Amino acid sequence: MKNFIKEGFKPVDSLNDPDDGHQWSLMQKLLLGLSPKEYFQQLRRNPFNWFLFMIFAVGLPVIVYRYINGLGSVMHGSFDYPWGLFLGFGLFCMVPLSASGFLLGTTVELFGQKDYKPILNLALLNGLLGYFFAVVFLLVDLGMPWRLYYPMVISWGTAAVLFLVGWHVATYLTVQVLEVSESFFEWIGWPTAKNYIHKGTIGLTVAGIILSTLHQGALGTLLTYAPGKVHPLWYSAEFMWIFFLCSSIFAGLCMVIAVSTIVKKTMSWRCSGEFLDNLDSITIGLAKGASMALVTYLVIKIVGMTHDNLWAYLTTGWGTWYLLEIGLGVVLPIILFSFAIRNKSVGLIRFTAFLTIFGLLLNRLNTVLISFNWNLYQEWPPLLETIISVTIFFLFVTVYRFILYRLPILYAWQAVPAKELVSVPVPEQADPDPVQPEHQFAKVVTPS
Amino acid sequence: MSGISRRKFLKSTVVAGGSAAAAMSSTKSFAMKEFEGYPESMGVLVDLTRCIGCRTCEAACNKEHGLPEPELPFDDFSVFDQVFHEGKQKRRTTEKAYTVVNRYDTKAQGAPVYRKLQCFHCSEPACLTSCFVNAYTKTKEGAVIYNADVCVGCRMCMVACPFSMPAYTYDSALHPQIIKCNFCYDNRLTKGKPPACVEACPQEALTFGHRKTLVKTAHERIRSNPKKYVDHVYGEKEVGGTSWMYLSSVPFDQAGFNTTLQHHPILDNTKSFLGIVPMVLGIWPALFMGFHLLAKGGKGDKESKDKVEVHGE
Ligand code: SF4
Ligand code: SF4
Ligand code: SF4
Repeated sequence: MKNFIKEGFKPVDSLNDPDDGHQWSLMQKLLLGLSPKEYFQQLRRNPFNWFLFMIFAVGLPVIVYRYINGLGSVMHGSFDYPWGLFLGFGLFCMVPLSASGFLLGTTVELFGQKDYKPILNLALLNGLLGYFFAVVFLLVDLGMPWRLYYPMVISWGTAAVLFLVGWHVATYLTVQVLEVSESFFEWIGWPTAKNYIHKGTIGLTVAGIILSTLHQGALGTLLTYAPGKVHPLWYSAEFMWIFFLCSSIFAGLCMVIAVSTIVKKTMSWRCSGEFLDNLDSITIGLAKGASMALVTYLVIKIVGMTHDNLWAYLTTGWGTWYLLEIGLGVVLPIILFSFAIRNKSVGLIRFTAFLTIFGLLLNRLNTVLISFNWNLYQEWPPLLETIISVTIFFLFVTVYRFILYRLPILYAWQAVPAKELVSVPVPEQADPDPVQPEHQFAKVVTPS
Repeated sequence: MSGISRRKFLKSTVVAGGSAAAAMSSTKSFAMKEFEGYPESMGVLVDLTRCIGCRTCEAACNKEHGLPEPELPFDDFSVFDQVFHEGKQKRRTTEKAYTVVNRYDTKAQGAPVYRKLQCFHCSEPACLTSCFVNAYTKTKEGAVIYNADVCVGCRMCMVACPFSMPAYTYDSALHPQIIKCNFCYDNRLTKGKPPACVEACPQEALTFGHRKTLVKTAHERIRSNPKKYVDHVYGEKEVGGTSWMYLSSVPFDQAGFNTTLQHHPILDNTKSFLGIVPMVLGIWPALFMGFHLLAKGGKGDKESKDKVEVHGE
């Protein structure tokens, strides 16, 4: 892609071809405005595509194998460790890392921090895809995935926390689809639909906060069903939901920093000037938020330890492991962030964001898998289970990239400058004439 | 607060969370089965001092439920020497065995102790309360039974069961299900007959009866023979009480029991979280809309400036 850009090529970023003014066809949009031949040429040139291809070549057959032979053929099939990587990583890690949507939605739409606007769409998309793929993981893990809708329709286990998680993830996924659909409608060229959705932004955002607060916490509460199985250092009947909620805040923010870093490095051709120019200051702002959440998290961790009087456990082997997790994933990031923020060292912030994500992964895996059954025996995910998890993760990366290449997430769609839409209500009769949309906007602006 | 009203309270909380989230109108469809306590609950008292490790109960259960033939026959006692996971685990219930008997060579006494293991049929079962499709039922006879027709296969119940009793047919691609002792519910319990394992026991190590009576019996046995028994009825209080209870002559942890279990139902652990659900639902919308208005008010100048710019275009 970079080579084409060098040759002066400009990827599709508006409804109409700037050269002759005709509307881009869907096919042209999908191919970013390249000819099919050129498109495949750039596909082949990028070594990352080959890497993905190899992963899928191995992983997809394994997934098929799992559906033919049952879960036992890829998992260890232990009765003492009912959950493996699919839920331990796919659900318990993907969901907090996807808290970004509701966090930035709140910041921009509710608190009116327009400085973060350029990154909002990325955060929303990150949230949507993270949740979507958490559900994909669930589909692999469930014994009978075709019954996924049972808790919604057939039979209600209303006393169960998982019931709440299920409903919330489903509803929240819908909310996020609606939020991201704004970009989609813009791209596909249905401004009416986009404007219609846009009117509901505040409602969607508030719904997002409620659902997120509850189900991020509920994920932690799921573990309170297993006292004694989860090691006391990772367990707290009272605080579990606060731990999970609070850590999802810094996890979501760091995920945005991490993804934007990768985007900046690998697809800057797709980013608008506005995005690239503001990214550093946005990153610093996000880091401030993340370090506040990290400090809060550390404090409530200590409160929790004192409350349950767990200090004696720290001298055991588990204690060392626990201190390592907290040290690398919480304390070190706090120090690095504060240093980097003071010195405006964006590079260090980015590194720390990756470190914090690593810390979060460690925490969730420790809670759900590693310290689980700590007084029984240790069970490690077998090879095929790991292959499937890696495959689905890269499926996530692929879809993510596919969308970023196309939808106006990193750049503003030219037909309707995005920044004007922020506070501009649009009347129903908005004429979807794509040729001169600016005119209508100038016309219809009214103070809200 | 009694156990029953507590459960009702918790239930309605989650329902509120679910329903408000889904903006569902019909609250009537949430009318759920109510737990009316279990005055008539049956139970079994297992007296480890009487058990000789003959495995007759295992064989009886296997026959009663038409389970697959085991690798080693039921009169092969070498199974007692089997250990798994580097000696960290003895035999456990599996998808092929609802119940197993294990031998424990204890320090406390010369002779080994044998323990029969199966679902405890808890009074407030964690498997039941953690299942999001309500696949489990606590029947009035005290049995905790499972309905494979609604089970989705999430295995939450296996995570939640404090005794790790439920097994799962991992190898089935099309219809995997949870497998556990069902207290011989269909063919025996409902007809007032004792379970197959109880009936088969040659030592009367297993006593079938009303749970209430069994608790009394257990304490009586301890009182009349305090030297023989440890002064504890395992299952009377553990995780809110279980229908299957145990008496032992050696400290329970030496006979493979988890003695660190809480004495209140597992469900209670979710209380502190469920307590915040109505608060979040009630307060968050107003709170955040308030923030939003405040933020808008505060940013008034800037925003109107933006608009002016827009106008100008
Ligand atoms: S022992 Fe486990 S499976 Fe049996 S009723 Fe209790 S929680 Fe459920
Ligand atoms: S009660 Fe019935 S199902 Fe349970 S162990 Fe005894 S014979 Fe087997
Ligand atoms: S049949 Fe009775 S004596 Fe024999 S192992 Fe079972 S419980 Fe013990």
